[in-house]
Amino acid sequence: MSEATETRGERGLSPIEFEDLRRGKAQDPSYRGEHPEPRFFFTDEEANELGGKRMALNLGPQHPATHGTLRVMLELEGEKIASADTEIGYLHTGFEKSAEHMTYHQWITLTDRMNYMSAINNNVGYAIAVEELLGIEVPRRAQVLRVILCEISRIADHVLCLGLQGMDMGAFSLMLWAFERRERIYDIIEAVTGARLTTSYTRIGGLFRDVPQDFPEMVKTFRRDFPSFLDELEEMTIGNRIFEDRLRGTGRIGPEEAVSWGLTGPILRASGVAYDVRKTKPYSGYERYDFDVPVREEGDSWGRYLQRIAEVRQSLRIIEQALEDLPDGPVNIENKKIVLPEKGEVFDNIESLIHHFKLIMFGHGIAPARGGTVYSATEAPNGELGFYIVADGDMVPYKVRVRPPSLYNYAIFPKVVVGSMISDAVAVLSSLNVIAGELDR
Amino acid sequence: MPLLPDDILRRLTDRFGDRILPRKSPGSGQAFALVAREHVRPILAHLRDDPELAFDLLADVTIIDHLQLELPEMEGHRFAVIYILRSLRQNHAFEVRARVPEDDPIVPSVHDLWKSALWGEREAHDMYGVEFEGNPDMRRLLMPEDYPGFPLRKDYPLRGRGERDAFPQYRPPGVPTSPVNVTAGPEEARETAR
Repeated sequence: MSEATETRGERGLSPIEFEDLRRGKAQDPSYRGEHPEPRFFFTDEEANELGGKRMALNLGPQHPATHGTLRVMLELEGEKIASADTEIGYLHTGFEKSAEHMTYHQWITLTDRMNYMSAINNNVGYAIAVEELLGIEVPRRAQVLRVILCEISRIADHVLCLGLQGMDMGAFSLMLWAFERRERIYDIIEAVTGARLTTSYTRIGGLFRDVPQDFPEMVKTFRRDFPSFLDELEEMTIGNRIFEDRLRGTGRIGPEEAVSWGLTGPILRASGVAYDVRKTKPYSGYERYDFDVPVREEGDSWGRYLQRIAEVRQSLRIIEQALEDLPDGPVNIENKKIVLPEKGEVFDNIESLIHHFKLIMFGHGIAPARGGTVYSATEAPNGELGFYIVADGDMVPYKVRVRPPSLYNYAIFPKVVVGSMISDAVAVLSSLNVIAGELDR
Repeated sequence: MPLLPDDILRRLTDRFGDRILPRKSPGSGQAFALVAREHVRPILAHLRDDPELAFDLLADVTIIDHLQLELPEMEGHRFAVIYILRSLRQNHAFEVRARVPEDDPIVPSVHDLWKSALWGEREAHDMYGVEFEGNPDMRRLLMPEDYPGFPLRKDYPLRGRGERDAFPQYRPPGVPTSPVNVTAGPEEARETAR
């Protein structure tokens, strides 16, 4: 016996098998060795026995369909979800704790990182909350620019959500188209704010700076080109058998249920409740624009998909009107106790230097009245984005609480997926558009 | 018909008398009702069920820790649980605060009135350590299950108490572990908090 064959034997083959291998018996189709007859994975009896048994499946925290780090624990009966539970907090960064150690202005940068798909909406929501606390109103031009940029940003958020809805169901091209369109939107945002994602564009009392000269032109071009993309999207998906079948009837949420669970935004409106903060409690002059609040009755993933497309169309209407409405003038309030003076003035003018110093140095700066609280809500792409701020007379907020729409939108998720298939859970999760950044903060 | 917060306050005081403390926030001027925790459930239930008030959406639940912000009306009570209410039918909004003492931080849960309280209360508990009695799911929401502290309390330092380094974690043999004081008391924490 040669050395090589001995080694083979040592690896665990029994002498008989070893013999068979050597003689090439294993290649003989009629040879079945010691194994029983080939059969299905389970016999009928075994499958019956397994019928009552359940399997646990972890979806995430790292999974392409979870859009961030979410963990969904599913209990499966075959492919059906018998029960579900979620675990969040993987992206918890302590923004609210940080707020208690940063000045009112500094914290604007952190609002970018919450819903990173539409950072400007967060910037504006926070700035409005602090302005309400201080009792100031920003100039018209700043308001209109805020509206235009919020709506552009809302479109970017919705478009990406629509694309990802396609990706989660295997229609990868939808995602690529949506991404390409979103990049063009970000070109506008980049020209205005200097950054694509982390914009930090608002200041308390106005904006970081005025928009560039060609801003109206850029928005007009975007306004002209964009509807064709929506038509394309509708053409590709509406009437597409696979796409509709996967979405229709999954993740259905009724209107009473939706209100009780605190859902807001497109998800609530897709369930038949016409609640939009822009209409019910207008801010930044939304009452001046003529737009509808689209509502759908389905309440399922398909309804939410169409709802977002309809809302994008309304955003385009608002942008068009706001652009015509855009007045000239300053983008910041006059009060230099709140807004930083121009840098040039700081170098030449002692008063501006003092204002600059006082706003920047710790112990001075913006200081709302002690004990003052405010809850201010704006309509972010995902729903009602609220900021609850408590002031203690210092330049640092005593407490900042964010009411992220995603948190309440996601709470209902385990309930709606029970009884559906695993693949439906992915589609429903996608249609809820949960952004982990604002979910965990 | 939308009602102003002042009107809602008046209606509440008509009905509940001195169980409601009407208050107004300095600065923003937002009116709210301050109530004792025993009365929070009947008052919130009334706010939801009265057809003219009809607060059908509980937008948020959060807590203010008054440790470093002492107000006369909060005397002897460290926490204020905030309920942000909204009526979609009547289109008005209101805020209710329940006072909670530090040594017995328990409030009755309102999850049976609004389902959104399930996660709202869960996060408030996670961050401030106030128990919501009756909420079926009081697990931690954002922090790890075995986390010892309540991070948004004012006596909890910004950088934590060393929990980040004291997690049980795998270390290759031979690598020394850094000694960390995780049992720092509230006094030391208070010093480093600000």
